[in-house]
Amino acid sequence: MNFDFGYMLRVFPLIFNYIPITLLLAVISMIFACLLGLVIALARQSNLPGVKQLAIVYISLFRAMPTLVLLFIIYYGLPQLFPSLSGLNAMVAAIIGLSLKEASFLAEIFRAGLDSVDEGQLEAGLAVGISRFKIFTHIVLPQAALNALPGTGNTFVSLIKQTSLAFTLGVTELFAEGKMIASASLKFFETYLAIGLTYWMLVIIYSWLQSYLEKWLGKPLRRA
Amino acid sequence: MSMINVHNLHKKFKDNVVLDGIDFTVDEGEVVAIIGPSGSGKSTLLRCLNLLEQPDQGEIKIGEASLGAEHYGKKEVVALRQQTAMVFQHYNLFRNKTALQNVTAALILAKNMKKSEAERLGLEFLKQVNLEDQRDQYPVTLSGGQQQRVSIARALAVNPKAILLDEPTSALDPELVDSVLRVLRNLAEKKMTMIVVTHEIEFAREVADKVVFMADGKIIEQGAPNDVLRYSKNERTRRFLQQLDKHKEVPV
Repeated sequence: MNFDFGYMLRVFPLIFNYIPITLLLAVISMIFACLLGLVIALARQSNLPGVKQLAIVYISLFRAMPTLVLLFIIYYGLPQLFPSLSGLNAMVAAIIGLSLKEASFLAEIFRAGLDSVDEGQLEAGLAVGISRFKIFTHIVLPQAALNALPGTGNTFVSLIKQTSLAFTLGVTELFAEGKMIASASLKFFETYLAIGLTYWMLVIIYSWLQSYLEKWLGKPLRRA
Repeated sequence: MSMINVHNLHKKFKDNVVLDGIDFTVDEGEVVAIIGPSGSGKSTLLRCLNLLEQPDQGEIKIGEASLGAEHYGKKEVVALRQQTAMVFQHYNLFRNKTALQNVTAALILAKNMKKSEAERLGLEFLKQVNLEDQRDQYPVTLSGGQQQRVSIARALAVNPKAILLDEPTSALDPELVDSVLRVLRNLAEKKMTMIVVTHEIEFAREVADKVVFMADGKIIEQGAPNDVLRYSKNERTRRFLQQLDKHKEVPV
């Protein structure tokens, strides 16, 4: 079999150098997506005229649009309308695109998380004179976060993998670097397998972190 | 001296009239039991007193705060809510907070008390409901009776002029009801002003200073417990109480 195991092992350290870029893309996009997702989740429940509809349209649109198409619209399309955007950094464009995309998923996950906290706790807080905002931040949000964590985690895992699309904008991250190595050595299988396994490793490490977070947030809700 | 004064209170849910001109007063230190068939507006009346429901019409005066239902601002809402605390049928404890944190939450988050001071005070209130040993337990690890007692401690902690109790024992297993009623009896002896929506007729007879019978959004009759619960001349009241009695005889 034409499989160079030793070569594959040598590829790992080369692509590991690009893990920081991949993580940077994923983590920064995730932070923006969480903030935007929370705003949209709250807007989705708003009574203000139009706000709810706007949130619904946002979720529907960005959930439906393929990430790759969205990235192309932002990076290659927008400068045509706004020439000032032609200097847009590819990395920034990728972060914007991924954030907008993931926010639409997170908005729905957060909405379900918020809904899972019963209204009674809000009423109990109001009845002893705590402000709505403080009830939200101290009582509702921690519980909603726990309920939203598995879904949010899935979204983050999918985001880590979608950062590989940034290579189409010319960002040299994990996948782009691997692609270059493979074209040079012509050892496609070894290189791409190494890349795939590297993503696997990242996701495993993240899953550990998530289960610690779940244990910590879930402490109040376990009987033991 | 009257602590709570409600005048001509009206409340509709869409076309459904729930409160149809309620007038009543509660004196300082008085325990008032509100009884009546389900859907009679008992809970809604209680929830209007701290504006968890917005009344459509009428006046509410509690302690130093008062407002007219037609127009009131945020400040008046806060002021009115500060007069009372509420105990709910399903306890509604903050599930991410320990027993002690449930009691201290309002002190820290609403009254800006220092944590150490709030905890000292909170522990006092947990002692009053015999739960100081459970201070660090989360609600999910407490029995229904314990949870309801934590919620009573949480209500006491804000030093309310009156406590509103919405069927405080209805969700409890029968053997846990007594532990909660004992705490309430204790509070009544200490002259805590309380309005209790309840189905515990015995408790009402024994502890309440006044019993209010409601049906169809109106107060049908009110008076001393025996006058209402034993010797009522009102047809509606008698029928309701007879039904409750019949219900009791059904073997469990």
